[in-house]
Order: sequence, then structure tokens, then C-alpha cells
Amino acid sequence: MRIDGKGLIDRTKPVRFRFDGRDYAGYKGDTLASALIANEVKLVARSFKYHRPRGVLTAGSEEPNAMVEVIGAKNQTPNVRATVQEVFEGLVAQSQNRLGSLKYDLLAVNDYLSPFLSAGFYYKTFMWPRAFWEAIYEPIIRRAAGLGSLSGKHDEGIYEKAFAFCDVLVIGAGPAGLMVALTAGRSGADVILAEESHHIGGRLLGDGGVIGGMAAADWVASVLAELTAMPNVRIMLRTAVTGAYDHGTYGALERVGLHKSARPNLPRECFWRIVAGHAVLATGALERSVAFADNDRPGIMMASGVRTYLNRYGVVPGKRVTLFANTDAARGVARDLMAAGVTVAAIIDPREGASAVEDCPVHLGAEVVGTRGRLGLREITVRKGSDEFKIETDCLAVSGGWNPTLHLTCHMNGRPRWNDELAAFVPMEGAVPGLVAVGAANGTFSTHGALATGHAAALRAVQALGRRVSVDLPDAEDAPYRIQPIWQVAGEGRAWLDFANDVTTKDVKLSAQEGFRSVEHMKRYTTQGMAPDQGKNSNVAALAVLADATGRGIAETGVTTFRPPYVPVSIAAMGAGGRGAGFAPQRFLTSDQASRDRGAPMIEAGLWYRPSYFPKPGETTWREACDREVRMVREAVGVADVSTLGKIDIQGKDAGRFLDFVYTNMFSTLPVGRVRYGLMLREDGLVLDDGTSARLGENHYLMTTTTAAAGLVMRHLDFVHQAFCADWQVRFISVTEAWAQFAVAGPKARALLNSVLDEPLGDVPFMAVTTVRVGGVEARLFRISFSGEEGYEIAVPTRFGEALFRDLLARAETMGGGPYGMEALNVLRIEKGFITHAEIHGRITAHDIGMEKMVSAKKDCIGKAAAQRPGLWGPDREQLVGLKAVEAISAGAHLFVPGAEVHREMDQGYVTSVGWSPTLDAWLGLAFLKDGRARIGGRIRLVDHLRGIDVICDVCHPVFHDPEGVKLRA
Amino acid sequence: MRLTCPLCGTRDRREFYYYGDAAYLQRPTVEAPAEAWDNYLHLRDNPAGVTRDLWYHEAGCAQWLVVTRNTVTHEVSAVELVAERRP
Repeated sequence: MRIDGKGLIDRTKPVRFRFDGRDYAGYKGDTLASALIANEVKLVARSFKYHRPRGVLTAGSEEPNAMVEVIGAKNQTPNVRATVQEVFEGLVAQSQNRLGSLKYDLLAVNDYLSPFLSAGFYYKTFMWPRAFWEAIYEPIIRRAAGLGSLSGKHDEGIYEKAFAFCDVLVIGAGPAGLMVALTAGRSGADVILAEESHHIGGRLLGDGGVIGGMAAADWVASVLAELTAMPNVRIMLRTAVTGAYDHGTYGALERVGLHKSARPNLPRECFWRIVAGHAVLATGALERSVAFADNDRPGIMMASGVRTYLNRYGVVPGKRVTLFANTDAARGVARDLMAAGVTVAAIIDPREGASAVEDCPVHLGAEVVGTRGRLGLREITVRKGSDEFKIETDCLAVSGGWNPTLHLTCHMNGRPRWNDELAAFVPMEGAVPGLVAVGAANGTFSTHGALATGHAAALRAVQALGRRVSVDLPDAEDAPYRIQPIWQVAGEGRAWLDFANDVTTKDVKLSAQEGFRSVEHMKRYTTQGMAPDQGKNSNVAALAVLADATGRGIAETGVTTFRPPYVPVSIAAMGAGGRGAGFAPQRFLTSDQASRDRGAPMIEAGLWYRPSYFPKPGETTWREACDREVRMVREAVGVADVSTLGKIDIQGKDAGRFLDFVYTNMFSTLPVGRVRYGLMLREDGLVLDDGTSARLGENHYLMTTTTAAAGLVMRHLDFVHQAFCADWQVRFISVTEAWAQFAVAGPKARALLNSVLDEPLGDVPFMAVTTVRVGGVEARLFRISFSGEEGYEIAVPTRFGEALFRDLLARAETMGGGPYGMEALNVLRIEKGFITHAEIHGRITAHDIGMEKMVSAKKDCIGKAAAQRPGLWGPDREQLVGLKAVEAISAGAHLFVPGAEVHREMDQGYVTSVGWSPTLDAWLGLAFLKDGRARIGGRIRLVDHLRGIDVICDVCHPVFHDPEGVKLRA
Repeated sequence: MRLTCPLCGTRDRREFYYYGDAAYLQRPTVEAPAEAWDNYLHLRDNPAGVTRDLWYHEAGCAQWLVVTRNTVTHEVSAVELVAERRP
């Protein structure tokens, strides 16, 4: 029911929305909960386990009952709290966790079965008979379990992530937070004010009151105007700070588009990482309920919620309201209701000595012991001493006191302290470095206290920042908080603690009785506090009941650990930008478009995309193209883009000395203009990488790394240099992206190059480097080969890469040549016995690949000492061999002695690379075989259980093609 | 988590690559006994308290850093360049 003239909703802007198939109207500024209350919808949900009818309980993000599904064009979002979701034109929501309609939920039968469904019933009930578990019990439980449902479709919504930095982060925009923001803002500091709700003001909006002689709402408006005008203050509405992390980092979730009609390009949510020099926790407090029989009916609400709905949204959830509360502060709810013309049937106050002077009946020393009304509250039963009487009421506002919202102070292992006077836990001081709790979040419950502690904390932060400010503290209410704790009311019937997970006082007592006496055990046994609301308004009451059942005090019982996030955060928001192409950066070659133009499918190599093969008309499989490209290189000429290999430019007087230290072999003796193959070890003696390095000048080398290890090698070189020889005169930098480099290989390679170079090639011996010109552009020409043919690699500055590639291809094609892709490149190198990271996979030593002689005896190098230790060399090692077979073989297969049993203990080695060789007309493989070099010439059985391959292979020397290297040096 | 790079200032830990204990800087000579190399390569303390470890400012200045931090409180008490470390 709406109350005229009340609330911060915009009555000039009506909004139409739909809930459970019916159309309703609300106003801009309403939440779904307030709009439903205005439309007198009481029943909004069914409880998780017993499917009890439930209504709205709170007016905040802690809501355990009113969780709904919001249906969008592309999304279906379950467990949306109706108390947080703002209404907008066209909003469609539906209730969840029901079988049938909300009014006649078929699973409500669980409520009658409740004697059998107590805590731990799974473990007790479904134990027997054993065979029933998988076939019968589990499917039924799975069907009934879970809250809400998903569309089953891909979430196509947009999510964002962002970073922000500030001097002072203010968490919560109630009276305390506003005072901090105002004070710090006026000092000129960079301030972020993060407010979970869609309006600043906090409890001032719900409670009203007077600040500095102004109505609280007017004071909030004036502060808002001032803060908005400050360029150094950023107000982040709809932003819940979800976690406190190391060194002033905070996570926060902003609802960006969830309160608006669908608009393309507007993200649904944004996950923020905020870095703050100082942070002030001004999150206020959460009201807690009281456990009495049937305290979960629609119409029974938190007192603060009723007050917020009245003052902030201009709605009342009933026509005849009663109040059951144990503090003076809660009386304000009744007074506000009466002032708005709503009947307050009675105030029930368990405190004997409290004031009885109100404009309605007050029952002191009384308790609510029972309620009636299946789909909505109709009547309560009150006990006073030995008397029991009934009160007709359709809304019961309950307050059992307040718990400071201290969750963030526990995120780095801080344990809250019990305060007897407040009957509540308060934050441990200094629990999160740089974070200070103020106001109600720190147990200071009056408005004056909130303003004063916020003011003081802000002044300390401002001073620490080296700034000055003077701000007057406005006058405000400073009434004492007088509480007499009441956690549960003795009596018959079930009394709920955790509404979201259907945990009753009986469950907690049973837990204690069955030995689960620790608060952490009780939580897991009963599922107390494990629902989406994480027990925000029930955890403390539950542990008070546990303390009572175990005969310990609350302080001794302690609390469970609050962990991030404070409110549910969608995985989509945390992983924003990481979907599809956003998962990893993509690197493209200068030849990328030219390759795609020729229909080449691209294959990922690290972050790079490289052409797999270049199909010709009539070719139906990749193998046909690959075989043709291999023959083309062996018989004519092929061109491949090899720019992905890492290139590191190394200069300085000690450059050669440095290479001697990181490579196993010598580079300081390499003549200028020559290239050498180098092997690099890790310090533990295993192979890190291999590649060629060229000496371009006396003090100038160019190292190449494999594509896969380019970043790894750069990091390694930086480490070795900075850790062990920082005083050497050597500097190096990655130039991988500065050069486009193309392999030109085959008997006609020289002829092809001569056709593009400005001057024909002179004598360039194998493993030499020289400078050439192509189209007037200076280029580097390396005579190296990864194919076994006469081969060159020509490197030009990246901007000329595409032009040179296209030119080389066009000319090659007139000579019976053309481009070749990764598949052919792989076959060519297997034929030649060249290794890649398929072979040097991190468990391989120089000895294993037959390169032990490359570890120079004349000098120390990284990995030398460890490479010599027993176990890294000798006949027990698996050594690189070639395999040859007539039938198809596979990488990943394992090797066995023919005739021997095929099982793990008999394993002789494994296959790392295979390919069909058109050159040798056979399947070839590279493998690691125990004592392999001594077994060359023998036979071995290759078994791949996964692919059903079982083939006898010849064990060969790994170099199949041109073993003498005649072609290479032609 | 934030680290203060001596060259770049305070940065998010995503800019850094974590390597391991700073003991890795105490490289034995090539002639050192096998035990010394075993200790250097494989044996590490796992302290509850102050530890020194190696981080690489990979998305920044490419400097290796020795970070002194407390594994219990997460406090970072010092960051120095490996190349300019105290002996």
C-alpha cells in the first residue's frame, strides 16, 4: 500500500513491470520488493528446503527470502534479490524454487516431512540401501536441490572490469560515510564513495530524523550536491565493495545496466579493483531477527525494513502493524507508522524496564510465541508472564538488535570481538591495514556517533595525506542504544534462524547434541549461513543458540569466518573480457592476410597464428596439401614465414662472454658474419631452448629462440645477467616484432632470392650471415636451414614484410615453388631429425638428444654442474631415436620390446613427433627410447591404446634425410 | 597485492612474474660438491614470517627484484633490484 507524500520515489515516472505473469505498476526509484509491497503482493518466494511460503524480510542486499529470477531477452538470472533489483519499464521477474505455482507449490509436502528432514538427514537417511544412492536418491535430490534456474543458453551479456585509484575509499554512504567523504573531499584528496544502493544516505533515508537543523533527507541532498560538484570526489552508486585484499586493494561490483531496459553496449555489471591509500568502512549494521515459532511467514519483516519501505519508498506492508523489538531505537518504526496514519496494534518489548509511553498499546516483558496465516500473517500469539493472548495483525516488525557490518575487516584473517554492552561482535582494530571502521560498522549506533567517528577518521586520513581541512560537525540524534539481547523465544514449534537455507533452532541444537559443537562444524552440518545471503542476518543468532546449547558464552563460541565476496559476484563480471577472442591476446604475422587470401587455415602457435597449409584446387585433405608442399621444398623452392621465432639483439664488449655463459657451447670464438647453433640449459641441467645465434659485429650478436620459448628465454637472460653478471658490459632487447623473416628453402632457393635481391648473392657459405638489399631496403640474410635443403632466411623491417612475402610467393610460383605451412615445415624437420619443443619438453638433457659434446669443457655455463650429475646421462636414459613404419603411427604412443608384455613396467620410451614422409615414402617418428642409440638398427613395438595403434617400427638414426648434409651445404 | 618497483613505483602484482626464493641468487661454483648444488637447486625453507623472494617486472622495466615480505601478515618491507642488491 502506498502512503501519499512519503518516499524518494519519482511519482511522475510510473514504471510497468511483470512478476509471475502478472502486470504491475511501480515508480522510478522503487525496488522490485517495494513495488510488490505497494501492490500488496505478500507471497514472493518459497523457502529452499521446506518450500514454506515467504515474503520480503528486509530492504537491503542481505535479503534471504525474496530471491527471484529476472528474465531478459538474452539472459535468465536466478537468485536476484528483489530488495536490490530496481524496477524499470519492461522488467520481467518470476518466483523460483517451486513446483507448480507459488501459491500451490507441490514441494510444500517437504514441510510436512520436516521431522525427517532435520540437519544431517542426508547422511542418515540415504545411507541405505547402498545401491539406491546412484539410481534413486541422487537424481531426486539433484532435481530438488539448488535455487533458481538458468536458461541453459550462453550468457551473451556484456560485462566489464576496471581499475580505480584514490587517496580515500569510503565504503558506504550512510551518515558516517557521507561525513568522511565530505571531510576528505573538502581537503582536496581523491575520494571514491562506493554505495551499494542506488541512492546515498543509508539509514538516514530509512529512519529520517534531523541533522544540523535540517530534515535528514534534505541534509543528504545538500551533501550530494556538494560532493557531486567536487572534481576530486567520485560517487559510485550501485557499487558493493566485495572484498579487502593486500596492500589497499579492494574488489567492488557495480550494477551498471541491471536496472535499465535492455540497451545494446551497456554492460550488465562491472567488476572494479580499487586501490586506496586509506579506506574507511562505513557499512553500517544489519538488523537481526528473533527466533520464535513460525517466525518466517509473509508479513513478518525486519523492523528497519518496514521503516525503510515507509520512509524511502512510501509503502507499508500492512494495515495493522505490530512491533516486536528489544531496543529503544526500534520504537521509531512504530512512531513513524503512526505519524503516517498506519495503525500500530501493539508494541511487544521483552524488556521489563523499558518505557511504556507510546501512542499505542505497549506490552513490556512480553514475547511473541506463535503466528498464524498460511500465505500471509493474520494473527500473533503473545506471552506475558503466564498470560497468553492473541493480536490480529498483518505485519509484524521484528528487531533483535543490530550486528555491525564488519565483514570486510575479516577478509585478511581478522577475528571480530564480542561486545557485551552492544550484544554484538565489533571489528578487530587494524585487522586490514589501512582500513578503519566507523559509525555503526564499528558499533557506534547513534547518528551523532556515526557523524563524529566518520569526521574523526577522515581528519586522520587527511592529515596522513599531508592535507588540511576544517569541517564543522552537524548536530544529530545521540540517543543511547539500550539492548537486552533476545535470540530465541522458548516454546513449541519450529523457529527459524537462517531463512534462506531453512535452518531452525532445533537444527542447531541437534548439531550440538550430535557432537558438532564447534561453530564451523555446526555451520557445515546445518548449512547455516551457506545460502546466497551468507547468513547476514542470522549467523550471530545461530551461534548464540549454539552457545546456549553447549553451555558456553558467545565470545568463546566465536564466529565463522567471513570471506569475500560480501555480496554474490557473477563469474561473468570477474572474468569480464576473457571470453572468446578475449581469452588471450592474438599475434598476427605481416604475412597473415596474404596467407588467408590463399585459403590457409590458421593454427595457434603460442599467441601467434600461423598458416597450417596452403590448399590448392582439387585437394580435399590437409595431407594432400602437406605432401605437395614437402615435395615442393625438396624439389623446387618453398617460402615460409618464420618471424615468430624470438629474436634478441645482444650488444656490448662482453656480449660473447655472456653468450658463453648462457649457452653450453662457445660463441665468443664465433667469427663475425657467422652463425652457430646453440643449446641452452636450465640451471638444473635440463634443456631450456635451442636456436641459432649470429655474430653481426665484434660486439653485436643476434640470438634466435624457438617460438614457444621466446618469452621464457628473455626472462632467463635478464635473470642470469642481473643476478650473476650485472657488471658485465652487455645489454640486450627483444627485436622479435621489429623484423619479418622468411625461410626460402629448396634447390631453387638461391635462384628465387637472386630474382628479388638488388644484386645477386655472392658466396654465402652454410651458417653465414650477410647484409643484402631488396627493393632498396637493407635486409639481413642468414644461410640456415630447418628443412635440410639449401636454405636461407631473409629478414626485413616489419613494415616491408607483407610486400616481400607476396613478391617471394609470386616469383616462387613461376619456378614450381610456393608457400609452405606448419604441417609441411613439421614433416621437413622430422625427416631431417631436427628437434622442437615437442622433444625438448622440460625433462630432456643434452645427453638425451645426443648433444652432450656441445657442453663445453672449457668454461662454466648455466646448467653445466647439474648436467653432470648421475641420472642425467647414460644408458638408463631415454635417448632420441628415429622411428620408421609402413603403417600410421602416433605421437604420445609408448614403446615396447616386440613380444614382451605391454604394461607400464615394460615401457621402453615414448613418441614425441610423427609425420608421413613423402620423401621416404614411410611414416617417420622421433622418439625417446631407453638406451636408444645402442638400439639403432633394431625393431620396437609402438602401442597407442587411445587410438588403437599397434605397429612394429624400425629404430633409426633420427636424421633420415641427407644424413651427410650435402644438400644443406650445396 | 601491490609491489613497489624501485624503478616504476607501486604496481599491481599482475605486472610481475613470481620466481621463488632469493636463495637462487647464491649460485655455487661449478666445482662445488653435489650437496651444495642439490641444496641450491632443490631445498627451500617455507617460513611463516619474513621471506625474501624473486619477482620479475615482466610487464614493466624487466628488472628482477628481491622482495622482502612477511608470509603471515603479507607486509612487504623492502624491494630492491637484483642487479644492485647488497652483497
